Amino acid sequence: MAAHMLVQLPLLAWCGWWLAQAIPPRVSRALAPWNRSGITGLLLASITGLFWMLPLALDRAIESPWFELGKFLSVPLLIGAAVALSWSRAGFVVRGLVLAETIAMAFRIGWLYLAAETALCANYLLGEQQLVGKLLLAAGALILLGLAWKLVLGHVDVRDS
Amino acid sequence: MRTILRTLLASVIVLAAGVATLAATTHGFRAYTSETARRIEVREHPRALPAVQLETARGELINLEALRGQWLLVDFIYTRCMTYCSVQGSQYAQLQDRMAPLIEAGTVRLLSISFDPAYDAPEELAAYLRRSGDRGAGWIAARPTDPESLQALLRVFGVTAIPDGIGGYVHNAAIAVVDADGRLVHIFDWDAAAEAERYVRDRIRS
Repeated sequence: MAAHMLVQLPLLAWCGWWLAQAIPPRVSRALAPWNRSGITGLLLASITGLFWMLPLALDRAIESPWFELGKFLSVPLLIGAAVALSWSRAGFVVRGLVLAETIAMAFRIGWLYLAAETALCANYLLGEQQLVGKLLLAAGALILLGLAWKLVLGHVDVRDS
Repeated sequence: MRTILRTLLASVIVLAAGVATLAATTHGFRAYTSETARRIEVREHPRALPAVQLETARGELINLEALRGQWLLVDFIYTRCMTYCSVQGSQYAQLQDRMAPLIEAGTVRLLSISFDPAYDAPEELAAYLRRSGDRGAGWIAARPTDPESLQALLRVFGVTAIPDGIGGYVHNAAIAVVDADGRLVHIFDWDAAAEAERYVRDRIRS
């Protein structure tokens, strides 16, 4: 379960990010007016991320090849590539909102997985779920520390694009 | 200004598509786990049972289809289970007592199906019934006779069993209710025998 959620899904998203670097400038220029400040792309990535955080979606991806295919397409394209096309357009406020929400979501889901008394996924054991909970709390804390570090010690461009 | 409107339009479309996909997958935001989803699906779209062959604790071969015409309370077991399965078994024995008149009339049957047929030979199944306090009538413990039958049963009933790492299994134990037309119509918590009993009684009376 930890490998599925915290290794496979991030790697798939990274693949999408990497693929997006090959998008010709002409195409990304054509998309830009529909993605002011990267809002559309980041919204798409958030909703797709929310979907793949459902215990139901994880189970379905294991049980149904079509669902699995949907995962292998949606996570790279709708999360990785969407973020790649949007992050550089996003200003201070949008980036801050997305990061704060990512941290909060990691804590919320992590705590839920840690505190739930029954296994939420039929295909995974309770112990694995609790491990994922701990790792999510750690991931949330790491992003938070990184962000705090940058805000306190680094250079932050607070102008909104 | 035009980029704001375009971005707003695109965002609204993304949001609408996202909400629609989430609603479709979660059965209208009612199911966040596959266990809840399987119960909603069964309630709203009863599933026909496959006509598979089972070998009972007495060593007899029966076809699941031959049990049509009676209400079935079905649970999935593996006899090596030493944790809550013993409670599951004694619950069934109590159901046997409480529903004895219906069992005698041939209206209701209890059926425990093993998802571990390699180990659960008839002798093991018979020992499971004895251990659980089987009253002798109306409770069948059986194993599927081939791997395809097992897969068909697990699929229709939505049963997932995964190795627990210490020689046993973790499975989504439940009491499944099959109506007299051979359709899976409801799934109750594994420890909700009283609710399952009431559900069947209410429908037999009407």
